[in-house]
Parts: sequence; structure tokens; C-alpha cells
Amino acid sequence: MARVVVNVPPRAKRGEVIEIRTLAGHVMETGFRRTQTGELIPRDIITQLVCTYNGVEVFRAELHPAMAANPLITFTTVAAESGTLEFKWTGDNGYAATQSAAITVV
Amino acid sequence: MTSRRQFLALVPGALVAGGAAAQLDPNIQALRAAALEAAIRKITGGKPVRAGKVKLQVPPLVDNGNTVPLSVSVDSPMTAADHVAAIHVLTEKNPQPYVVSAYLGPRAGRASIATRARIADTGRVIAIAQLSDGSFWSDTVPVVVTLSACLEDGLI
Repeated sequence: MARVVVNVPPRAKRGEVIEIRTLAGHVMETGFRRTQTGELIPRDIITQLVCTYNGVEVFRAELHPAMAANPLITFTTVAAESGTLEFKWTGDNGYAATQSAAITVV
Repeated sequence: MTSRRQFLALVPGALVAGGAAAQLDPNIQALRAAALEAAIRKITGGKPVRAGKVKLQVPPLVDNGNTVPLSVSVDSPMTAADHVAAIHVLTEKNPQPYVVSAYLGPRAGRASIATRARIADTGRVIAIAQLSDGSFWSDTVPVVVTLSACLEDGLI
């Protein structure tokens, strides 16, 4: 149900810097908006994204309500060896999503 | 179409919301400035932040504050001895100053991140980078926002 997309180049040269784009489908409700009747809408956001490369953490981001809906995060990593990149999003109200991408390093 | 009865039911809520906005107003600017300063102090632990090395790219004129593309890159060789440990993005006028904190390491290869933020009002956007030697560098960009985030269908 949680929809997430990652964009990792399928193959890369050893030592090359690759760009990774991640997108998670989420409303990112800030907790500052009110309904028509004046009640605060409770906060509901993704708070963290962790990326591990063959089990080693290479990137971590902490998100706050000021992130736009459907948070897009782009970062880079060095293509060190063939294997998998694991992405894990966690958030309010028990939100959790994972995605993985394989990469072949030549 | 809102009937007269529905409209009357909504009025007290609207008054409460309006009242809340009125209560926020008097020294909101001082409060936001203090919150921003506290956030920077929390990140740096009181160490000086120097301008330079960091390049923050935000469009200078933003039509829609709900989705503002921004990217931060830091001039760093990204070796085990000399790399960027963290990049923080803050805004001046949002209800909370924090936008995103990214933690990198030498395996990032290049210190550059991109994302999309919400910006509530015309003001400064600040990117702070923490280097592996413990120094802090920043870049500040003034941004003009025509349609504010946060308030579009909340208080109005």
C-alpha cells in the first residue's frame, strides 16, 4: 500500500559516483493545518529514510513537516561492488516502507 | 453548496481558527527568529558557522510554496579524512525551522543532495554543512514566495 519508487542505475563502473533518486507516496501532513471546523489535523509525516549498500549504511535523512508531499530525495554514492541497495522509510503512525534495487558493478 | 444550517455550524470553528491566528501575530517574527537561532545552535553546538563551501540552489521566486525544489552541494573531496558529515536545510519563516537533515559519509562520493520543501513565506533559506573536522559552513538564499504553504486551505 505504501508506494515508493527508487531510481538506481542498473550497472556502473567501479568507483563511479552514481545518483540515486527516491520518491515515497505520502501526504506529509504538517500538523499545522486546520479543518473547516477549526480542529488541527494531526501530524502524519515520514520522519526518516535510510539507505544501506550491501548492509552498510551510506545515507540517512531526517525529514520534518517542511518537506513537500511525496518526498523526493536525491543523493549520490560510490559504486563499490555489485549487490543490493536497500531503502527504508519510517514515519508517524507506524508508517514503514522498504524497497531494494540491484546494481552490477563492472 | 453550503446550506444556511451548515454555514452556521461552521462559524464558531472559523472564529476559533481566526482567534488562534490573531493570538500568534504580535511577536511572531521574534519567536521565529529565536526558533531559527535555537535550531542552528542545536546543530552546531555553539560553534561558529562560516559562509562558503556550500552551494544552495533554490529558485529566487517561488510561485507555489508547497513544492519548492532545492539542492545543496558542498565543495569537498569526500575522502575518509575530509568529508561532509551532514547537511541541514532550515527556513526562516516556517512554523518550525527544520526542513531536512541528511547524514552522509565518504561513501557518498560527492556531497550533493536534492529534495523538495514547503516554504511558508518570503524569507531566507539556509543550508548548513558539517564537515568531518567539526567545522560548519553555510549558504543563505533569500526567496520570494507568492503562494504560501501551510495556510492554503487551513485558516482561510
